[in-house]
Amino acid sequence: MSYQKYYVPEQSRYPIFAATALFLLVMGASATINDLGKEDSNSIYILYSGFAVFALTLYLWFRTVIREHIAGLDSAQLQKSFVFGMAWFIFSEVMFFAAFFGALFYVRNFSVPWLGGEGEKGLANMLWDGFESTWPVISTPDAGSAFVLADKSMSWPGWGDALKWLPLWNTIVLLSSSVTVHFAHLALKNDNKKSFNKWLGVTVILALIFVGLQAAEYYEAYAHYGLTLNSGIYGSTFFMLTGFHGFHVMMGGFMLAVMLSRSVLYDHFDSHNHFGFEAASWYWHFVDVVWVMLFLFVYIL
Amino acid sequence: MSAVIESHGHDDHHHGPAKGLTRWLYTTNHKDIGSLYLWFSFAMFLIGGAMAMVIRAELFQPGMQIVEPEFYNQMLTLHGLIMVFGAVMPAFVGLANWLVPMMVGAPDMALPRMNNLSFWILPFAFFILLSSLFMEGGAPNFGWTFYAPLSTTYAPPSVTFFIFSVHIMGASSIMGSINVVVTIMNMRAPGMSLMKMPLFVWSWLITAYLLIAVMPVLAGAVTMMLMDIHFGTSFFNAAGGGDPVLFQHIFWFFGHPEVYIMILPAFGIASHIIETFSRKQLFGYSSMVWAMASIAILSFVVWAHHMFTVGLPLAAELFFMWATMLIAVPTGVKVFNWVTTMFKGSITYETPMLFAIAFVVLFTIGGFSGLMLAITPADFQYHDTYFVVAHFHYVLVPGSIFSIMAAVYYWIPKWTGNMYDERLGKLHFWLSFTGVNVTFFPQHWIGLAGMPRRVPDYALQFADWNMISSVGAFLFGASQILFLFIVLKTVMGGKKATSKVWEGARGLEWTVESPAPYHTFSTPPKIN
Repeated sequence: MSYQKYYVPEQSRYPIFAATALFLLVMGASATINDLGKEDSNSIYILYSGFAVFALTLYLWFRTVIREHIAGLDSAQLQKSFVFGMAWFIFSEVMFFAAFFGALFYVRNFSVPWLGGEGEKGLANMLWDGFESTWPVISTPDAGSAFVLADKSMSWPGWGDALKWLPLWNTIVLLSSSVTVHFAHLALKNDNKKSFNKWLGVTVILALIFVGLQAAEYYEAYAHYGLTLNSGIYGSTFFMLTGFHGFHVMMGGFMLAVMLSRSVLYDHFDSHNHFGFEAASWYWHFVDVVWVMLFLFVYIL
Repeated sequence: MSAVIESHGHDDHHHGPAKGLTRWLYTTNHKDIGSLYLWFSFAMFLIGGAMAMVIRAELFQPGMQIVEPEFYNQMLTLHGLIMVFGAVMPAFVGLANWLVPMMVGAPDMALPRMNNLSFWILPFAFFILLSSLFMEGGAPNFGWTFYAPLSTTYAPPSVTFFIFSVHIMGASSIMGSINVVVTIMNMRAPGMSLMKMPLFVWSWLITAYLLIAVMPVLAGAVTMMLMDIHFGTSFFNAAGGGDPVLFQHIFWFFGHPEVYIMILPAFGIASHIIETFSRKQLFGYSSMVWAMASIAILSFVVWAHHMFTVGLPLAAELFFMWATMLIAVPTGVKVFNWVTTMFKGSITYETPMLFAIAFVVLFTIGGFSGLMLAITPADFQYHDTYFVVAHFHYVLVPGSIFSIMAAVYYWIPKWTGNMYDERLGKLHFWLSFTGVNVTFFPQHWIGLAGMPRRVPDYALQFADWNMISSVGAFLFGASQILFLFIVLKTVMGGKKATSKVWEGARGLEWTVESPAPYHTFSTPPKIN
């Protein structure tokens, strides 16, 4: 039996820096958004400063934790707490997406049909004469008087145009990246670091390709389809769901890139000692699962 | 289970607290952070309470006397937000910080630095929220439930600041809850199986799970508001195909578990105190655990009972009515167990016990009025009246807040090493008890008689009971100054407390000296 004393991390100044940074970030974000359209607003600099302090704090904080780990200061118990913590963090992210998926299901199954005169609350249609319930909603209930209507949606274009359809390529790219990150994990478990770096590098490149394709898709939507945030509930749900997912892809890709540089530059991982990478890969698989749901419920169905 | 086990002697290198202000700024100690949470919560309780006093002063008589209606709405909104997110929730997190590691035999919380971050976000978040009072257009004025379109199309510009402050409050809650869950799952002393855990720990495990599940949903709701207000989306706008009712669905999907977040830890506290002062083992431990778990699970499928009058399909009205009434079953189990624990016990009535008994009785009254509200056709009559105000204040003030006060009296000898002044404690209890009932009981009647909630002025027939209600509120408010005095007096000095403090106390926290050492356990304690 091994005997081990409890380990409590030393006090640290990073948390209060992080809290201050968050304060600057949200003050800056709120003021900037409220000042949109005003020319003499300097609010954005608060936002920038918050971002800078936050990024720096996170860098220093993670560096400290990594150094403590390499020095063998932390206990097995604390490492296990990190594992649990990451799992619950991902659960909280799942619930964040659940709010947006819930909104999507609600508008598709209830509010849009009701506005179009179908179902138990179809009485609502008397306010929106002539509105017919379809999904995607191309013409809004007010027939576009307060919105700029789209010409075309992002939905499944039929088998004929399938190969020209970006979301299909995005799906292929992201699903492959989940496989490659798994190969990287397997390689690391076999202590084959060269192969680990290779597969992790491929994953990061696939992440970049995904973000690039999504940027192309957004450009397409804004420039050619007339589909914007301002084109009614279809545009709202489309951009919020895919946008938050895209943001999470960037976060996950960034995490993986950090892990790649830690491995290439500092050789931080070995077959038993790589939770940093594992946490990032869990996050990556989570992002992938969200995409599969998006592909089904936003694009296909 | 953790890999650590009983180890050698007391050769610890742990130091006491650091000196000066940085102790509090940089601390990773669960007791320091617990104290910070509790003091922060008390400050918010006083600020939110002062706003309640403004509300009751205006309602003292019909007609507009003291404040403008616009300002009244801001007070009403901030009172709700501050009491929910600033007073009750941080108080429970503070209690969790102080007690959970001691109760499970851990050295500290599982992730101590993140623990510090969770706390220090809060002062910033509430600074932002309160600063909105001084912004152009005033503070948020749409009620603590911030229904769209009041909170979108018709909101003051400060709503953006409100949205982002809710975001970081949510981040704080999520981090705090992850910490609690991980502490409970990973830091229990060897031998403490789940079904041996003290009930306060169980109640917090379930609460933390609820928090991690629903705070992100709240973040989603305010994000959609932000997009609707500033970036042209139409989530809550029927003209674009959205629905204002969608906001209510998302909000209450968060909001209903949220109200259990504010009561489950109270269940845990009441179980400990009633057990101790009845000098009997708690009746029905495992049924208490299952009852809390059932309440938590049911809380996810009852949200629309807040929305019976918005025009739900009949099937939804029926489903949410029955599901809501089902919650009475596990809640009844809990009340039954508390009463049965007291049955034939050798009861003494120290201040914590007084608060705990009042909690059981008055919370049950709040529960019964909740059942009345759960009946859909009856709710059509009660909806948005003072009856609702009376209902949720009965579960929150003599429910949650009495339990927090009971917890403070019960554990403060362990925290400070000093006994509180029993005579003053009892005085505080009777003043609060009288104040709370005089304030809120008449609100049932004026509500049933038809007085709407959230109004600064009202019809003449409600005048008498409103005046009585206001007098009760002033009494309750003033008696909290006495509470502050008692706590300060106990912190400064008083009769020295023994390790066990209470004759009938059970649990690991009573095995260490009072005040509890800065680092409670450096090696895992032995569990029987």
